[in-house]
Amino acid sequence: MPLITYREAINQALAEELERDPNVVLMGEEVGQFQGAYKVSEGLLARFGPKRVIDTPISEAGFVGLGVGAAMLGIRPVIELMFWSFYSVAFDQILNNAANVRYMSGGQVNVPIVIRGPANGGTNVGATHSHTPENVLANHPGVKVVCPATAYDAKGLLKSAIRDNDPVMFLENTILYNDKSEVPAGEYLIPLGLADVKRAGTDLTIVAHGRPVINALKAAQLLEAEHDVSVEVVDLRSIRPLDEDTVLGSVRKTHRVLVVEENKPFCGVGAQLAYLIQDRAFDDLDAPVKRLTALDAPAIYSMALEKEQLPNLQRIMEAVLKML
Amino acid sequence: MNPPTGPSPASHAPVNARLTSTERLDLYRQMVRIRRFEERSLRAYQQGKIGGFLHLYIGQEAVAVGCCSVMEKTDHVITAYRDHGHALAVGMSPNELMAEMYGKASGCSKGKGGSMHFFDPSRNFWGGHGIVGGQVPLGAGIAFALKYRGIAGACLTFMGDGAVNQGAVHETFNLAALWDLPVVFIIENNGYSMGTSQRRSSAGPGLAQRAEAYGMEWDLCNGHELYEVREKTDRMLQLARQKSRPTVLEIITYRYRGHSVADPDSTYRTKDEIENYRRTKDPLTLIHDTLVAEGVLTAELAKEIDTAARAEADRAAEFAEASPFPAVEDILKDIYWEEDNPAHKKSRGRIVFD
Repeated sequence: MPLITYREAINQALAEELERDPNVVLMGEEVGQFQGAYKVSEGLLARFGPKRVIDTPISEAGFVGLGVGAAMLGIRPVIELMFWSFYSVAFDQILNNAANVRYMSGGQVNVPIVIRGPANGGTNVGATHSHTPENVLANHPGVKVVCPATAYDAKGLLKSAIRDNDPVMFLENTILYNDKSEVPAGEYLIPLGLADVKRAGTDLTIVAHGRPVINALKAAQLLEAEHDVSVEVVDLRSIRPLDEDTVLGSVRKTHRVLVVEENKPFCGVGAQLAYLIQDRAFDDLDAPVKRLTALDAPAIYSMALEKEQLPNLQRIMEAVLKML
Repeated sequence: MNPPTGPSPASHAPVNARLTSTERLDLYRQMVRIRRFEERSLRAYQQGKIGGFLHLYIGQEAVAVGCCSVMEKTDHVITAYRDHGHALAVGMSPNELMAEMYGKASGCSKGKGGSMHFFDPSRNFWGGHGIVGGQVPLGAGIAFALKYRGIAGACLTFMGDGAVNQGAVHETFNLAALWDLPVVFIIENNGYSMGTSQRRSSAGPGLAQRAEAYGMEWDLCNGHELYEVREKTDRMLQLARQKSRPTVLEIITYRYRGHSVADPDSTYRTKDEIENYRRTKDPLTLIHDTLVAEGVLTAELAKEIDTAARAEADRAAEFAEASPFPAVEDILKDIYWEEDNPAHKKSRGRIVFD
C-alpha cells in the first residue's frame, strides 16, 4: 500500500468526495489560491475550479453560518477553519444553528456540513491558537465529533463525515500533517463511532484520541522494551459517537486504564470515559481509572514548557509505571 | 420617517395594479388573521398555556404579508424569533403554530422549538431563529445554495433593527455583496431593539444605508402601507432573481406590544406614542380604508373577515389545547438524522448518552 502523509490523506478524501458529489464544496480562508494555510487543499482549486473550492474572507461566523444555510438547502459544505481555535468567533453558528436546527424544526431540516481544521497545541503559538475543543463540541447533542490520529483514519473518516447527513466536527492536528501511514489506493470508508485497537496488550489499556494516540504507541513500545510492560492502545477516532464497547472490551482484558488526552482535565473527554468505565466495568478494574491531560493552564508559549504541558512521551510512561 | 397620509402612490405600481379584487381581499384577510392569531396567542400566554417568550407581531402585519405575497415558488424566507406573521404569511396553519406554542406534539416542530422556532421547509420557510442576527448568515447560505444549484430564486432574510449591530450581520453583508448572492436583507425596523431605541443603539444616519459600505443597493419603505411593502420588496427580489444582486430594504414599522409580552412596556416609550400609531398608522386600518375606497371591501365583508379570523384563532387554541404533549421518549428523537433513519445508519457506537 502507498505510504502517504496525513495531509495527503485528507487532500485525497476531499478530492474524491468533490469528484463523487457535485454538491460538495470546500470553503475557508486560503483554501484556494494559497493552496491551504497548511497545504491540505493543495491542487484542489486547479482541479475543481472556484465554484467548488472557495476562498473566504476572514469571517468565520459569516462563512460557517453561510455553510449551515447552504447545507439546509442540499449543499454539502466542507468548511475549513484555519485553526479550530477560531471556532469561538463562530460558536453561535456551530453550536446554536448547526447543532440545533434539526431538533428545533422537529426533524424537518438537516445540516449535512463538515467543519474541519487543526486543533492542537505543541506549536508554540500560544493560548489563542492552541484550543482542543472536542469536549466542548461533543457536549452539544446534534453534532458529531471526530479526531483522527493517522493518515489512514483521517481519509476514511473524512469521507464518511462528508457523506453524513448530520453536522460533523472534524479535528485534525498540524503536528500530524507530515506523519505517514499506509493508505490503500482504492476507496474505503471508516464508519464514525468505531474505535481502533492500535496495539494489543495485556497489562494496561491506554485510551486516547488524536496525537496522544501516537505518543501512547511510542510509550507502549518503550515500556515493552525497557520495563516488560504490555500496553494496549485504544484509539477512539470518534468522540461522538463513542465506541463504548471497544473501550469496555479492553478494560475487561487488561483491568487497568489510563485515559490520555491533549485537552485540559476539567470536563474533558477522559471524564466521560472514566464515568463510563466505572459504571459498566467496575468489577473488572484492578485500579482506579487514571487520566493524563494537558496541565490545567492556558496553553503556554514557551517551547520548552509547552512540551511539558502536553501529555508527552515521558509523562505517559511515568503515568503508566505509576499505575502498575 | 413619517409615513405619508392618503392613498399610497405604490397602488399604481404594476405589482399592485394587477391585483384582482379577490387577491386584494386575500391580502387583507391574511393581515387580519395574523392580528387575531396574535391576540389569541396573548390570551393563551396570559392563561399560562404558552411558556417562555412570546414576541407578538401586532402592528407589523403589512411587512410579512406584503413581503411574502410577492414571493415566487423558488423564493425562500428566514427570519428571527418574531416569526408568527411570516409563518402565517407563507401558509402555515394556525393550528400547528398554536400547538407548537402550547408545546404539543401536533406543533409544527413537534413542540421542540416553541414560539421562536417555527419551521416549514415544504413552504421554503427556514425558521424562526432565536439569536439576534444569527439567522442572517443562514439566509445568505440559502441564497448561496440557490445560486450554486442554478435555481432562479432568492432568499428574503429578515432581521430586526437590533440585529444590524451584530457582527454576523456585517460579515454576511460583506459575503453576500462579495459573491453576488441572491438575497434580500429586510430590516424590520420597529424602532426599538427590546427597550433600546434606535437613537440609543445605532450610530450613523440610517440602518439600511450601511449597505453602501458594501456596495449594495438599499431602500427605505413605509411598513404601514401594504402596497409600498409589496412594491419595494418586489423590486429587490427582482434584482436578486435576475441579477443575483443582494440588497438591503429597511421597512419602518411599529409593534404595539412589548419586545416580548413578559417585558414592561413603560420604561422606554409612552402610551401616547403607541396610541398615536394605532390611530394614524395602523396597517390594518390603512389597507382597510384603501380597499373600501377602491370599492373592494365593504363594512359587512370586513366584519365577516374579522369574525372568521377570530373563529380560526379560537379553533387553533382549541386544537392546541386538545392535542397531546410529546412523550418523554420524544425528547431523544430528532437530534440526529442518522438515529431517526436507522435503516440508513452507517455509524456505530453510542451517540446519545445517559
